[in-house]
Amino acid sequence: MDLSSINPLVLLASIMVASTPILLAAIGEMVVEKSGVLNLGVEGMMITGAVCGFVIATETGSPAVGFIAAAIGGAILALLFGFLTQYLLSNQVATGLALTLFGLGLSALIGQSYVGIKAPVTSNLHIPLLADIPVIGRILFQHDMMVYVSIAIVAAVWAVLKFTRAGLILRAVGESHDAAHALGYKVVRIRMLAIMFGGACAGLGGAYVSLIRVPQWTEGMTAGAGWIALAIVVFASWRPWRVLLGAYLFGGVTVLQLNLQAAEVPVPVALLSMSPYLITILVLVIMSINRGRAALGAPAALGRVFHASH
Amino acid sequence: MNRRSILAGAALAFGLAGAVFAQDKTKVGFIYVGPIGDGGWTQHHHEAALEMQAHFGDAVELVYQESVPEGADAERAITQMALGGADIIFTTSFGFMDPTVNVAAKFPNVKFEHATGYKTADNVGVYSARFYEGRAIQGYLAGKMTKTNKIGYIASFPIPEVIRGINSAYIHAKKVNPDVEFSVVWAYTWFDPGKESDAAQALIEQGADVILQHTDSTAPHAAAAKAGNVYTFGQAADMAEYAPMPRISSIIDVWAPYYIERVQAVIDGTWESDNTWDGIGAGMVGIGEISDVVPADIRAEAEALRDSISSGAYHPFTGPLNKQDGSAWLAEGEIADDGTLGGMNFYVEGLTGDIPN
Repeated sequence: MDLSSINPLVLLASIMVASTPILLAAIGEMVVEKSGVLNLGVEGMMITGAVCGFVIATETGSPAVGFIAAAIGGAILALLFGFLTQYLLSNQVATGLALTLFGLGLSALIGQSYVGIKAPVTSNLHIPLLADIPVIGRILFQHDMMVYVSIAIVAAVWAVLKFTRAGLILRAVGESHDAAHALGYKVVRIRMLAIMFGGACAGLGGAYVSLIRVPQWTEGMTAGAGWIALAIVVFASWRPWRVLLGAYLFGGVTVLQLNLQAAEVPVPVALLSMSPYLITILVLVIMSINRGRAALGAPAALGRVFHASH
Repeated sequence: MNRRSILAGAALAFGLAGAVFAQDKTKVGFIYVGPIGDGGWTQHHHEAALEMQAHFGDAVELVYQESVPEGADAERAITQMALGGADIIFTTSFGFMDPTVNVAAKFPNVKFEHATGYKTADNVGVYSARFYEGRAIQGYLAGKMTKTNKIGYIASFPIPEVIRGINSAYIHAKKVNPDVEFSVVWAYTWFDPGKESDAAQALIEQGADVILQHTDSTAPHAAAAKAGNVYTFGQAADMAEYAPMPRISSIIDVWAPYYIERVQAVIDGTWESDNTWDGIGAGMVGIGEISDVVPADIRAEAEALRDSISSGAYHPFTGPLNKQDGSAWLAEGEIADDGTLGGMNFYVEGLTGDIPN
């Protein structure tokens, strides 16, 4: 065992990189669920974002344009889900699952001729002054742009939900669509916007994998990150900062266990390997002790079909 | 004649037509563990399958299912394929072993071929390549090329095939560089680019400057390219898109001739259960071009090692070799038998860490 070979600064920095895709997808899904819609297609939207971002970034040579394309790609796929569930009133669970399968297939098709190509390099920001602070500078202020964008999105979502009228309406729609409808709010329109926001965030998360974390295009490369994002939303009991905590905890344990293995810490590998999931379940259990569904924060109308005639 | 009997008649007619049709064509099925575009293991199997199909042309119909998880779901996928009228089904991952054997018992007329496993039956054959021969060359190059004397190894699952690879690479790295250390990370996945990339990064951050992988994607190469001055090896496929740096050589699986031979046997009605385990000599394992980054003399020696393994003059597991706990395994000049290699569940002396169970 050689724990000294793990550099905590480098470790923390790589944790932030490993967590960002799940964080982006989870914060988007949280907004969707806050509006009362359960979209299980996160994985499909992520992988679509991953391929759109990669294709556009390699074609234009600009990762920034790639990320924008990824957000648009994810949002378009989400729009499909929104149309089916909000206008045609299809079952949300089934449609979400179908969206994942569709996204995986579609991305494989789009990405066929992009396997093995290298993505343009995304440079790390070197924020003047802040980046030069010893210790903290290395951990916090020398990342690529998207790490900060993801945190900014979390902060924005928190502020909007907590302080603005728009946030209040979104929550009202998620808690009781009938009441919101009676008050004159356009339930379907609001949900469509939330769904598109969720798709755009998932797309960004996917593109972060294909453009920065890995960076390359391979079929099925998100490998279940979308499902983890869904779990993190529940784990966070639908609160933005807890989504951040959950994503960093999960990403952190994932990276940490690989580092511990590389340092040959005498802990059974099987245990290390399942630790991210184990800890997620554990925290979930602790948080839900003696509390009901309402206390957990699930929107009351989550997953229920709304039709104005009801 | 009522409507139901017309339908039944139509169904029968279709059924018969289907049966006649099926006699013309041999239906060959493939079950893959990853997506066919993974850039490694599965893609290579699929390309070999396409080559096989091109060889037979219209005589063969190819069906496949990708990204089949190892475990209970695999049994469903294989059953589905057998019900779909496949004449021979190749299942191309170690974890498909028990599902394959289970399904095979229910379909005695369908032939099954399981890659990298060891359980056979009357209608189940197994095939694998002696990847450890290629690992010997990788180990040699790794030992010669490392400057930090630390070599990272991304392992997938603790199964004999993977352990064999680690041992073979270590023995040959150690032989040319006594100071070399191996750091093994078990990813518990065959394919997860994000995780493979994280694993490579963790190893690089801890000082490894050569990364060997037994997982299927090219993500570790991308991570190494980003870090710079780190060498990697293509796994299952040449992964030449990362040559000359970081990829300095590769193990290439060559499955097509085997697939053609076995499908031909089905067509001829001569198929029998087999246990094929071929290496460099038989052409089942190819060594990708050693890139120019490697100095010419080292390259020549690596190629000499390859040739001596190919001709059978040298076996990568030749004594004296001890097990990790120091107990004797092979005496001077003794060569490991296939039985021990097939079930290898121990590290050789010098490797640190434990094999998870």
